[in-house]
Amino acid sequence: MRRLQAALEDFGRMILFALEVVAWAVRPPFRLELVVAQMAFIGVGSAFIVGATGLSAGMVFALQMNYALKQFAAEGYVGGSVAFSLARELSPVFTALMVTGRAGSAIATELGTMRVTEQIDAMESMAVNPIQYLVVPRIIAAIVMFPLLTMLFNVIGYAGGFVMGVYVARIPIGPFLEHTREFMDPADILHGLYKAVVFGAIVSVITTWRGYAAAGGAKGVGEGTTRAVVMSSIAVLLADYVITFISVGT
Amino acid sequence: MIEVEDLWKSFGTNQVLKGITLSIPKGQTYVVLGGSGSGKTVLMKHVIGLFKPDRGLVRVNGVEISRLDGKPLTDARQLFGMVFQGAALFDSMTVFENVAFPLTEKGWRDRKSPDEIRARVVEKLEVVDLGEEVLNRWPSELSGGMRKRVALARALVSDPQVVLYDEPTTGLDPITTDYVDQMILHAKQKLQITSMVISHDIASAFKVADRMAVLYDGHLAAEGTPEEVRRSTDPFVQRFLSTWFAKQ
Repeated sequence: MRRLQAALEDFGRMILFALEVVAWAVRPPFRLELVVAQMAFIGVGSAFIVGATGLSAGMVFALQMNYALKQFAAEGYVGGSVAFSLARELSPVFTALMVTGRAGSAIATELGTMRVTEQIDAMESMAVNPIQYLVVPRIIAAIVMFPLLTMLFNVIGYAGGFVMGVYVARIPIGPFLEHTREFMDPADILHGLYKAVVFGAIVSVITTWRGYAAAGGAKGVGEGTTRAVVMSSIAVLLADYVITFISVGT
Repeated sequence: MIEVEDLWKSFGTNQVLKGITLSIPKGQTYVVLGGSGSGKTVLMKHVIGLFKPDRGLVRVNGVEISRLDGKPLTDARQLFGMVFQGAALFDSMTVFENVAFPLTEKGWRDRKSPDEIRARVVEKLEVVDLGEEVLNRWPSELSGGMRKRVALARALVSDPQVVLYDEPTTGLDPITTDYVDQMILHAKQKLQITSMVISHDIASAFKVADRMAVLYDGHLAAEGTPEEVRRSTDPFVQRFLSTWFAKQ
């Protein structure tokens, strides 16, 4: 009971923290250079791992779909299935999980270390609000970069699926592309990008909060980072279900 | 300048401060002595608004800082410079960026030119006896004493009215300790800065203090001029001070 109460209190504090972030985000000074630096770290820095995951997911998914659809002589639908699944589900979710592991954990560790070594207190003592200086740029950068990384995942994933489908599984290029065009709608891609924006906000708020609220030295920072990654991953999966349910129903 | 009235603070079931009252006039150096875990740092963090009291208040220049929040609190902190126990230099910034930070961030409305900022940073580093060769070094490349001196330069760079020192001499060799003491005296005599020093270094405390207090079990066991505190009949104060005076 006490643990549940502590968890609810922690969740409440995180919501207040998120509201404070919104309040500081709309106040000058606007530190564009810090946002750009975080976009480079979260976005450009994660491009390789997101691209590699996308390539692998697209290739494997194309082979699996080919194996399944071949039984109905419907291999031509592999391209469409891959594109549709990537755009609506695989790209936003896998991207969010990969970026949580790479950048989210680093954010929680960096802010946690700054907290326990009094660097955040030092910043406050110099009349600089640490939420505005440290947290706001990371959250804006994540909200911008998650959809861009998701698009990268889409493109590389589909390219991987195309190579596997057309050159390995020998699916004729015409039906492969034609069924992709037939299956896909810009709304499917937008659906995935909306999810990516939500995931970016969720992951960045949770990881910055866990770092910002860290206490208890190196052990506390380590625990904070672990909790940041676990909570972010679960929250992404939960949000994915909720958005999908609202969007397509049962 | 700084008034603390009936300050109470607890963390969970641990009652750290139990009704602290003290006053620091403008331009004076006030030292709070006490053992480890006696709540000295908690008291100092109330003065700059990093902690909120459970009861009581902190007033700086007539402004009740303990009631401020958000932007008004951020603005009120422009009066302060603070030297943290572990220096608290930003790991991701060079020495130059660390010392320049209060200038580049505090004055964003009337930002100084890069040349002015560099000149000011070099000047403050010279005050703490560090040359231009350290400007591009990272905090991890500095010794403990150098880190403390850089932290001191950072605290002084924006010409604050009040400087708070949290254990400024802990972990330093005797020569560097004496140097830091001279810096605190210099800040008072030449720059008329009001200082609050948290320490358990009795020798340094008696060297720099205009007034001092001994914190024990959440309350001030003794308070007054160094001589008055030395003559205190409180058993803890006598035991605490005897650890050093017996060696003299």
